[in-house]
Amino acid sequence: MRYALLTLGAVVVLAPLYLTVVNSLLPPSALAERPPPFFPLHPRWHDYPVAWSQGHLGVYLRNSAIQTVIIVCGQLVTSVLAGYAFAFVRFPFRRVLFVVFLATLMIPFEVTLVTNTQTISSLGWYNTFEGLAVPFLATGFGTFLVRQAFLQIPRDLREAATLDGYGHLRFMLRVAVPLARPALAALGVFSFLAAWNQYLWPLVVTGSGDNVRTVQIGLKLLQGTQVSHTDVALAGTVIAVAPLVVLLVAFQKQLVRSLTGGAVK
Amino acid sequence: MLPARSRRVRAVREAALGYLLVLPALAVFGVFVFYPFAQNFRLALYETPPYPGLPSRYVGLHQVGQVLTSSSFLQSLGATLLFVVIVVPAGLLGGLLLAVAAHRRLRGMTVYRLVFSSTVVSSVAVSALVFGTLMDPVVGLLPWLGLNPSPPILQNTTWALPAIAVMAVWQFLGLAFVVMSAGLSAVPEEVLEAARVDGASERTVFWRVTVPLLSPTIFFGLVVATIYAFGTFGQVDILIGYSNAAFEHVNLLVYDILNTIQVTKTPGQAAVLSIALFVLTLGVTLVQLRFIERRVHYGS
Repeated sequence: MRYALLTLGAVVVLAPLYLTVVNSLLPPSALAERPPPFFPLHPRWHDYPVAWSQGHLGVYLRNSAIQTVIIVCGQLVTSVLAGYAFAFVRFPFRRVLFVVFLATLMIPFEVTLVTNTQTISSLGWYNTFEGLAVPFLATGFGTFLVRQAFLQIPRDLREAATLDGYGHLRFMLRVAVPLARPALAALGVFSFLAAWNQYLWPLVVTGSGDNVRTVQIGLKLLQGTQVSHTDVALAGTVIAVAPLVVLLVAFQKQLVRSLTGGAVK
Repeated sequence: MLPARSRRVRAVREAALGYLLVLPALAVFGVFVFYPFAQNFRLALYETPPYPGLPSRYVGLHQVGQVLTSSSFLQSLGATLLFVVIVVPAGLLGGLLLAVAAHRRLRGMTVYRLVFSSTVVSSVAVSALVFGTLMDPVVGLLPWLGLNPSPPILQNTTWALPAIAVMAVWQFLGLAFVVMSAGLSAVPEEVLEAARVDGASERTVFWRVTVPLLSPTIFFGLVVATIYAFGTFGQVDILIGYSNAAFEHVNLLVYDILNTIQVTKTPGQAAVLSIALFVLTLGVTLVQLRFIERRVHYGS
């Protein structure tokens, strides 16, 4: 009884993905069977290599990985630098600038689309990794998260380090960053998910050109060109989520931490 | 004590370091957030000429009025608001239900938690392909279960929007669950126990103690869900597209902006739509802050 609600919830949440996996393992003819098969008695892996090669998923996954790694590293670096400045360095207009950083959270990315596409075009960055990644190399949310973590470091530690001759940079790299590791891991996982699952921006800036197109856009194309081969599109979907499922299982704790972003007491 | 001059030099050097550290992020924000945001207000005043190559023409607020009163904008606005009104409560309530169900010490709870949070990894494209198949008139599960309107769900002027909303809610459930569970685990067990000892029923405990204590989390979730719902459009792009019969009924604002940039190629109009989206998102968030946050219980 106590498990009834839990199991119902699990079924609702998992059924769509489960059926996707099942359907990807069925031959096209079995898809239209009524009642639909809920278990692949004779799993057929044939669609996976087809999706992989016809959908160019290998290239797209590589592109997504490159884009994601650039964005994650970039956000970590800029957030650590700015977060450190806001937490430990005294400079005029510090509070004002911090508010400016937070103000970026009020402007949805969609609202900046018109001019950003023009900027990318005038920089010649269409169909390049620069175009995909550079607009996302900084994050107000990430800076906030890192600053909060740095503020928890006892002031005495900074003073003691100063007496030992540590300048700001050395203190940042040797003391502050190692102490803020949990927050940085959380930010990393969060940026990873956000970057990997981006849809609007890759759609806009990788219009042509297989060489930078990401896997999300690859899925759209797979859906568009393979209408008669639902099974192939579904195999592609499974391939595209698989890396993230591994990530979720491995980093569940960090993920929870980042998604709640300190907003929850 | 250091001499005054040396202290001043140090302060200047420290300030320089501070600016140097914030500069990289600030540069990105300047070019890709603030500049394009401000640029909307200028572009909105210029009309794109009917023939490419001609310079754009200053028309003042004329274009703003024209876009905001056009039937396509009003339809898009209506669809967007309806979408938000479906997705936000459904997503939050679903997340809360799952979180309450999983907030117990039972065997196997780790697995349930993993399952409930699993949709955080699903993307727009993944949810579109998964549900597109489930709703397919020929091979789909929903038609088999009897939900088979004509025209098919995703070409149906009535059902297309709720169908896209279902996908968005499913995709949001994982995040809502994670946020709500974190909030629940911060509710002190002693308080709940005290209420039970005083003879309160489980239902009273939930509505009178747990929910008020959880209200900051629910409020945070509300703001996040609203921003998420306003930004959704990808499933429409993948499954419906602008040549579909049901298109006008699912033309969510972001999709309208995208098509105005890429298909109609009128940046001025797209800028007006962008400002409208911004004002709408900000407005709804402010209304939530003003009227709902007052009821949030932040503890002592």
